[in-house]
Amino acid sequence: MQALSDADVKRLETKALAVRGTIIEMLVSAGSGHTAGPLGMADIFAALYFHILRHDPQNPDWAERDRLILSNGHIVPVRYAAMAHAGYFPVEECLTLRKFGTRLQGHPERTKLPGLETTSGPLGSGLSQAAGMAYALRMDGSQSRVYCAMSDGEHDCGNIWEAAMWAGANKLWNLTGIIDRNNIQIDGYTESIMPLEPLKEKYESFGWHVLEVDGHNIPQFIQACGEAAAVFEKPSVIIAHTVPGKGIREIERDYRWHGKPPSKEEAAKFLNELRTMEGKIASEHQ
Amino acid sequence: MLSTQAFLSENIFQKPETAPTRDGFGKGLVEAADSDARVVALCADLSESTRMLEFQKKYPERFVEVGVAEQNLAALASGFAAAGKIPFITSYAAFSPGRNNEQIRTTISLNDVPVKVIGSHAGISVGPDGATHQALEDMALMRVQPNMTVLSPCDSEEARKATIAAAKSDGPIYMRLGREKTPVMTTANTPFEIGKANVLWKAAAPQVAIFATGPLVHNALLAAQQMDGDVAVVVVNIHTIKPLDRETIVREAKGAGSVVTVEEHQIAGGLGSAIAELLAAEAPVPMEFIGVRDQFGQSGDTKELIEHYGMGVSHIVDAAKRVVSRKSQ
Repeated sequence: MQALSDADVKRLETKALAVRGTIIEMLVSAGSGHTAGPLGMADIFAALYFHILRHDPQNPDWAERDRLILSNGHIVPVRYAAMAHAGYFPVEECLTLRKFGTRLQGHPERTKLPGLETTSGPLGSGLSQAAGMAYALRMDGSQSRVYCAMSDGEHDCGNIWEAAMWAGANKLWNLTGIIDRNNIQIDGYTESIMPLEPLKEKYESFGWHVLEVDGHNIPQFIQACGEAAAVFEKPSVIIAHTVPGKGIREIERDYRWHGKPPSKEEAAKFLNELRTMEGKIASEHQ
Repeated sequence: MLSTQAFLSENIFQKPETAPTRDGFGKGLVEAADSDARVVALCADLSESTRMLEFQKKYPERFVEVGVAEQNLAALASGFAAAGKIPFITSYAAFSPGRNNEQIRTTISLNDVPVKVIGSHAGISVGPDGATHQALEDMALMRVQPNMTVLSPCDSEEARKATIAAAKSDGPIYMRLGREKTPVMTTANTPFEIGKANVLWKAAAPQVAIFATGPLVHNALLAAQQMDGDVAVVVVNIHTIKPLDRETIVREAKGAGSVVTVEEHQIAGGLGSAIAELLAAEAPVPMEFIGVRDQFGQSGDTKELIEHYGMGVSHIVDAAKRVVSRKSQ
């Protein structure tokens, strides 16, 4: 990973903005899907696809690529949008999301679209798949890193903790978990549905190196990924505090936007809001 | 009479050698690993009883202990497969695929990666452990998942061959194994190919076709021998529940004009259901089903449970005679 210049930061923020715009457009076209989660992870996915990951959109099966596993498959619009902007497929194809015959299934399917590493959607099993990959890659002496994006709500699942225990026991230093800590799940706020705190201490007690960042501060997130890569003999997890729906004031922090798309009229308003916000997220943490 | 093309053991009716099917798996796994460095084994705290121990001793760097965590077991294996390995995962069938059905569905079958799910201690014959550990629905669970192949070897030698064949196959596979020692009917020369059923016994002009799977194939052969000269029988070993050998099954069902299916599994969703689905469309004939009838098992020894739940030799003989008599009705 290279050090970030001011121009790099600007470029990544512009990419995140483009990804947000595409998310809104694809959700309106689909008429169903999740809005808050994908918007909240736009900065992190822009950082991953345009700076952190070693990957080649022209050669998605490149053996030395880093692997990105998306455990909470329902936020896949952010991944599709980032992949399209990175050159895996034309941005226009994003408008086929959730439509009959599309490669962009409602939840991601590895066999449908090159560049997806797994099939996911049912919550709680992505960290296991990522840990299995990390272990197998380490067996072969690979230098690839494995990243696993997860939601906070899916930490209700026992399977995640089975995987966390196993990854810690096996000291998977080539594995980085990324938790979208946006504090919402379908029925309400995570701490009222099933409290996750103290999340940091839980992971630490399972043998992980834990970092906490502002999930909308791209330089901070990139720095954390660098630190995770430098930690040996332990897997790392980055708890990324995000605002669900980030970038659209009406959606931000409202759990009712978890599982619904905007209407056409709302989308026009939201896209206009995005166009006027360039640089705004960055200025919030300066 | 016994088919000469099946190259069966000579003493198949008098004191046959016995071994658990899980033993054959253990041998086959080591052989598969000898010839393919991609083979890895993941275990859920049952390395001895699922017969992964020999593999573990010979290839410790390719053996992975997961602990008592079957959901993690399945999804981890999906990751290993995605990274180029051929993972075998073992537990008791009651837990894998019993407990981790969704992880198998999403991360293995739908994801279409070559994970080999091995469910040991399947069936009522696990005996004293009781109903909690007697998996009687595992084939049904796995048969309904697209991309998944389902194997149910009849003896230890066939389990060895099936394991080697599974390692060479590109797709997901489920294989069920038994805990108990059961008769070894097949030999190294008996043909084995996934999806290709074997005729083991064939009388001239058979009146009933018995399609059997797993160690109960031996009971089917004993029933055929007992009826020899009375009812003409063909016995077919269906070691692959999915994909079914449609050609052989339709041919033998049409030839005999009646069918008995035999399995140590719920009748609902297992071998009998699979064959009924096929024959209803292509060769409808009277059928009888030997298997567990919508009940849980209980503690007991293997033999008394097989008898109590209606899967003994006499039950197969009765079913064969009943189905033959139905032909004329």
